[in-house]
Order: sequence, then C-alpha cells, then structure tokens
Amino acid sequence: MTIQQEVGRPRRRKEDTRLLTGRTQWTDNLSRPGMLHVTFLRSPMAHARITRVDVSGARDLPGVVAAFSGQDFAAEQGSLPCAWPVSEDIVIPDHPPMAVSEVRYVGEAVACVIATDRYRAADALEAIDVEYEPLPAVLDMNEALTAGSPKVHEAGNKAFSVKINSGDIEAAFRDAPVVIDRTYRQQRLIPSAMEPRAVLADTDGEAFTIWSSTQIPHVLRVMLAVVTGIPEHKIRVIAPDVGGGFGSKLQVTAEEVLCLLLARRLGKPVKWTESRSEGNLTVHHGRDQIQHIRLAADADGRIRGLQVDLLADMGAYLMLVTPGIPLLGASMFNAIYKMDAYEFGCTGVFTTKMPTDAYRGAGRPEATFGIERVMDELAAELKLDPVEVRRRNWIKHDEFPYTTISGLTYDSGNYEAATDKALALFGYDKLRAEQADRRDRGDPVQLGIGVSTYTEMCGLAPSRMLGESNYGAGGWEHGSVRMLPTGKVEVITGTSPHGQGHVTSWSQIVADALGVPFEDVTVLHGDTAIAHKGMDTYGSRSLVVGGVAVLKACDKVKEKARKLAAHVLECSPDDLEFQAGAFKVRGTDQQKTIQELAYAAFTAHNLPEGVEARLDSDATFDPENYSFPHGTHLCAVEVDTETGMVKIRSYVAVDDVGKVVNPLIVEGQVHGGIAQGIAQALFEEAVYDAEGNLLTTTLADYLLPSAADLPTFSLDRTESPATGNPLGAKGVGEAGTIASTPAVVNAIVDALRPHGIHDVEMPCTPERVWRVLNERALEERAQEGVRR
Amino acid sequence: MPRITVTVDGIKYEEEVEPRLLLVHLLRERLGKTGTPVGCDTSNCGACTVMLDGKSVKSCSVLAVQADGCDVVTIEGLGVDGSMHPMQQAFHEEHALQCGYCTPGMVMAAIDLLRDDPEPSEEAIRQGLEGNLCRCTGYCNIVKAVRRGAQEMGQAVRTS
Repeated sequence: MTIQQEVGRPRRRKEDTRLLTGRTQWTDNLSRPGMLHVTFLRSPMAHARITRVDVSGARDLPGVVAAFSGQDFAAEQGSLPCAWPVSEDIVIPDHPPMAVSEVRYVGEAVACVIATDRYRAADALEAIDVEYEPLPAVLDMNEALTAGSPKVHEAGNKAFSVKINSGDIEAAFRDAPVVIDRTYRQQRLIPSAMEPRAVLADTDGEAFTIWSSTQIPHVLRVMLAVVTGIPEHKIRVIAPDVGGGFGSKLQVTAEEVLCLLLARRLGKPVKWTESRSEGNLTVHHGRDQIQHIRLAADADGRIRGLQVDLLADMGAYLMLVTPGIPLLGASMFNAIYKMDAYEFGCTGVFTTKMPTDAYRGAGRPEATFGIERVMDELAAELKLDPVEVRRRNWIKHDEFPYTTISGLTYDSGNYEAATDKALALFGYDKLRAEQADRRDRGDPVQLGIGVSTYTEMCGLAPSRMLGESNYGAGGWEHGSVRMLPTGKVEVITGTSPHGQGHVTSWSQIVADALGVPFEDVTVLHGDTAIAHKGMDTYGSRSLVVGGVAVLKACDKVKEKARKLAAHVLECSPDDLEFQAGAFKVRGTDQQKTIQELAYAAFTAHNLPEGVEARLDSDATFDPENYSFPHGTHLCAVEVDTETGMVKIRSYVAVDDVGKVVNPLIVEGQVHGGIAQGIAQALFEEAVYDAEGNLLTTTLADYLLPSAADLPTFSLDRTESPATGNPLGAKGVGEAGTIASTPAVVNAIVDALRPHGIHDVEMPCTPERVWRVLNERALEERAQEGVRR
Repeated sequence: MPRITVTVDGIKYEEEVEPRLLLVHLLRERLGKTGTPVGCDTSNCGACTVMLDGKSVKSCSVLAVQADGCDVVTIEGLGVDGSMHPMQQAFHEEHALQCGYCTPGMVMAAIDLLRDDPEPSEEAIRQGLEGNLCRCTGYCNIVKAVRRGAQEMGQAVRTS
C-alpha cells in the first residue's frame, strides 16, 4: 500500500469547523462565575501632568465594585517591559501600565472601573474626575530632535541611535556617475486585527490564570512574572482562539498587567474587552519612519553604494520590541542586490503618540519599500527598464550561498526564475505596449506598471544572532509528540497560531514523519500549562522553527519505537526499516506498526531494558541562520489623472518560500499579505492632529480595504528549498506585505512619470495623487492669491 | 424594563432588557450565543451580521427591543442536523477563512447577497460584501467560496 505524502497537499483546515459554526473560544466569549468587567478611563490629552484623579463618584454608582487610579497601583504595577535595548545609549523610560503623574499620549490609561456588567463599567467612567495640567505635545520627529523642543521624557526625545558600516561608502559615492537621493515617509499604521483585544484574569487566591488575545502566551507569562513579581510558576497564560494579530498581539500590554493585578486585588475574575475605537488608540501602531536614502551607481546602473538614514517614531514609550523594529530592516535595505558599500543609520525618536512596535513584516517592509522605490528611480534616471536595472544588480542563482554587504548569508534563491515567471504571467510586454499607447493618446487614464523584487530575513531567529543584537530572549522553538495508547498522536507546539493553520500543517508534517493518518493527529497549543515551552508566533517563524521542532520530536519518537520494535520482533535495530508507519525486518514480512508499538509501550508488558513505558518525545530547534524567501511582484494600475483615482488592474506575485507544506495555506497567507501591503500603499494612515489627537479612531476613518477595493491576485511559485532546515521551508507570513507596497507605489509613479512626477506619498489617496498632479497649478494659484 | 420575545436559532426566549441593550449583546451575554462576535463600534466591519426575519443586519446596530417578536438566525443556527450550510462548507473548501473572526458575519452576508442575486458575478460579490471586513484573506478565497456556495445552494434548490 502506498500512502500519499501529506506534505505538499492542499489539505482543508482542521481548524475551520468550529470557526465556521460559531463554536469559538474568543477571549471575550469566556466567562467565569462571579466575573466582573473592567473599563479604562483614558487620557484625552497628548501630554499633560495629572494633578488630581478622583474616582469616588464612580465608586458610588450601582453595580460598581471598585474604581482605581494609577496612584492606587503605583506601588505594584511595575513598568511595561522593553526586551530589546538596541544600543549602549538607549533610553528606556519608565512605563507604568496606568499613568500616575504624567500622560504622554491620547489613550493612555489613567483610571479604571470594575463593575458587574460592561454597560455599568462604561457608564461609571464618566463619574471619574481627572484634572490635567497640559504640557506641549511632541509630534514631529525632526522638530523633536531640535534643541529647543519640548521633551516627552526628562532624558530628551532621542531614544537611541545606531550606525552600521560595511565597505568604503565614501569611495562608492566619490565621482559616482549617478546619485539618487530621496526621502520617503512610512506612514503610521494601525494593525487592525479583526478581533479586538480582550483579557480575562482569574485567581484561586494563590495562582493566576490569564486568558488573553495574544500571539505570545509564553513570552507574556515570563514578562508578567517579571513586571508584577508574581512567581512565574503561579501564572498560567492561555491564548484561546485568537482573531488575528499581525504583530499587534506580540506585546505585553498595560491591560494584561492590570487585569492580573485587579484579579489579585479583588480576588475575583475580571475581564476587559476593548472597543475598536479604544483599540485604534491603544493597540501599538506600526511603521512610522522617515527614510533618507542615497544610492550611488555607475552609468550602466550597477550599484556602488547605499546610504540609509532613518528617523523612527517610537511613540511615547519603548514597548516589547519597539526599538528593534527599524533595525530589523538594517540588513534588508541592500535587499537582493550586490554593492560595494553600505551605511545604515537609525535614530529612534520619542513623540507623544501611541508607541509603535511590530506590524506584519516589522522593519522589513519599510526597508524593502525604500530600496525598491529607489531602484525604480535609478531605472528612470538611466532610462532603463526597472526590471533590467534589477537584473544588473541582483545576486545570480549560481552565486548562492551569498554573503551580502550587510553581512547576512542568503542560503538559496533564484531571482531570475521568479522574475521570468512573473513577467510571463503578468503579460509584461503587452502591458508596456498598452502603456505607451495610452501615453501617446494622452489618455486621461494612464497605465502604470510597478515591480518589486523582494527578499526578507525571516524564521526568527537564530538565538546566537539575537544575542549579538542584544535581544532579551532566544529564537528557538519547542515541539513534543506523544503516541497515545490507541495509536493516535498528540502534538504540542510552542508556536501560538491565530489564523495560520498550524494544527493542519503540523498534522501533515507528523503524518508523513510517523506514517500515521492525517486525521489521527491532533495539535495542542497556546496554553502554558499544556505547551509548557515555547517562543510563540511572529516573524514568519512558526513553520521554519516550530514545525521543524515538531519534526525533530517525531524523529526521536521513531528512534524510541525502533528499539521497542527490535525487542518485540527479536532482531537488531539495524535490521529494521521504517516504511509507511511500520518497522519492517528487512527481507521478511515481519513488521510492527507504530500504533502497535504505541500500545506495547502503554501496556509495558514486554519492554526491553532501559526503555520506558511511553512512546513520546520532545525537541527544540534553534536555526543557525535566518531563512530568505523572495519573489517578484508586479502590479498594473490605472490612474485617472483627472480625479486622482487609482485602480489596481492586475496583480501578479511569484513567491519562492522554499518547500511548501500546504499550498492552500501558503496561498492564503500571500493573498492576505498582499492586501495588507496594498492597504498601506493606497488606503491606511493613522492621523494625529496638531494637538496630538488621533483622528482615525474608528473603521469609518481608518480605511481597511473591503472586497470591493481589491482585485483577485494571480499567484505562482518557484521553489528553491531552504538549506537551513530539514523541511526546506522559508516562511510566508510576511512576504506579501513586504512585497506589495512598493509594487503598487512604483506602479502609480510609473503612470505619472511623464507628468514629471517621481513620488507620491503614501497612502496614495485620490486627493494626494490629484494634488501631486496639480501641484504646479496649485502653487501658481496660491502665488496669485498672495499677489492679489 | 421592556420585556421582549425573540426567537433565536429556533428557540423562543423571553427577556427583560434595558432599552439600550444591543442585539449583539443580548445574543452574546444573555443567550450565550457567542458565535456572533463584535469587531467594531461603528458598524463598519460586519463581523456581527445575523439574519433578522430573513434579512442580514449588523447586530451591533440593532437594539434588542427592536428585535421584539422577530426571528433571528445566527451562524450557530445555519446548519441542519449537525451538518454545515452549503455556504459554510464552501468557505471550508475554498480556504476562505484564516483567523475566522469575520467569518460568521461574512457567511451571513454572503447568504443574504444570494437572496437578491443567486448567481452573482465576481464584481457583484465584491460589491455585495463591501460592508464586511476581513484582515486575513485578501478576500480572494472569500469570493471563490461565495461563488461555490451559490452554485451548491442553487443545486440544492433545484434538486429539492
């Protein structure tokens, strides 16, 4: 009997049934006997001294159990952690979960109410009296760094500065025939997972259980212990069903700490669920950089050197990995290109806004945007096709493994193959012909073509490299596999899926490794009492680190089973071959299936010496290198030059994510990633006004794309297996988002280049596009007004 | 407090409710119908979509008292005898969900869309689902699923 290989099959997901039928366990669905509801009063000021907080009015209201100010928790609430002190000079300000003496962004918690139901808890917030003494808001990064700027923190507005050099950058720029010098703005984004955050904390008087809509139950447990002083072994963290994260739930939040402390103070279960508008204010934001990029090239387009200088908006505090985010891009600006010299500098700046932190891609989309935009500018300068200018610079397929100018070693890839495939699928030449035709005709609707040939470092991360960058933890992952007496398999993973389908993919890996049916495997995760060890889910790491840990645990189980089989079959372990889930004595028809061996281990009636009564094992995997997915994305846009409206006409993505476990899931990840990258290019921006109020607090103001705003994407793949792990997988969670933003903006700029335009700031809304097109006319009109 | 009678997924409930209680909170917090989630507070996301007397509504923008005497169907009441509705099945087949948070609302909106247009084009599906936001899928597979669901539902009608 041949068993169909599971890895590579488009298996429908095991996760779906409960999600499709409403039998879900979102944190807000959970209830505990006697549970109370928490609401937070939040600062309406961007920056102010708190002179008085009076919660007594709230305490008197019906249904209200308690109300507290930050002062009431000052002695025990600690400071929210930053795990990534990226430089010697870094300033990590104290970050109380509930503000005590000063607020530094609109939305910062200043008081809370605990009541018997959520309506009463919300009502009672209005009875809390807070007096503020306003302080000046700090909103602009450049201004924040000037000598006379008001300060966000005592120590000043500079959080850190980092500089990295490789090669002789001066020589690269000296007498360079071409220098491209551009400044780009990475607007601030709101991650916007569909499930708002929620936290439920309970205690039996000694130990604590906290359910949270988090990506990182394991990291959270450690950090809650560190922040609150509650011993780690008295804290159990459960991430039940989690409705998306995109980095926004890779955080240790004020609300998690406070719910835990409230449960302790009151001896009662407490639950907090944010509203969307509360979430837009207080879920960490993403991106927000000003990128100054200079590129020196020869006359034939060959890159000589690249200089990058970033200002990165930290917001008001450094949260879990805030300062590390822009630095995840430090090795990515050079992307897939060869060059002689590279210089990267980054200054982290405090402002009176919500802190920034990881958002899908985290540092790498920003870097990819910068370099891919500049490559198009180089092509335009030299009147070369943008694909051609990339071809002249990228690492060729026979040059792998290749150590880049920034010091990373890319293990595998084939940029030529992915690009050729994408060009063919896109119909590149035909679209270029149409573009030329529309230009000739002076069509008011112009066609633009954008290309983005990206790579990313993912599979976060080799612990050694994290240590070198002063990150506070490792990057390994843990998995365990146990055969149950009836031959079924229970897998435990340290990853914490929130939409990625690990239960399905891990089942496929285990089914192949142990030769058991896909249906016979179950995967447990997201509860620190069950999955006792893990580093959770982010950075396209789950499969390439966590999936590999599970595979390695399977190998260990097989080795145990081999010993048992040899004993039962009375042969040497070396005489056995493992095939289709059974150990066979070579050259005979004698065999024992792994299920039979699981039962034999359970009964333990006849175990060899030194073999325990269990058929299970666990493993950790720590990669030696990052993995480097890559791909070529092509986007065609129609830009209406009269209205500024941009319509995506077609979008092609050819990605190389190495070996694929489940093509259906990979495709879904790419689809969603592309949509999020397009959203940055066209729709989304967190906007603060001149006083530091967030204007985009709702989904009516912060525009997530709907189905009507997006086209169907055409996908294909090339496959250059990763060499750093036995699955050959590279990771896919962030690829689409990294690739698509520059592809779209390059397309828009390409459409408008005949109008003398070489940039449109994101998001490229109709208004922005129209203004860029009419800049000259607008300026003339303004000057006319002045003259008048 | 007003007393209302409402049928939810085939079961009749009599409840005393505050006039301001939202239908979605009645479902979730009083009746234990947590299959219908809340994704926003401005009725933009559509995660809370249910059928009210056969038409889709965002249950965060309906007061419980407005549902007095009405018949509500949630995602939990769609299947028959333990098997999924063809639209639920189509979402499964086409991998039209990832985190699944928007899914109950998306499925309800998709079924409602087919009431007016049993064989919708891609364009019609995209326009028809404009009021339901998904952050995971980029909508590609949702569009495919709605088409498949429409075919299967058409089939079901024709063979019954």
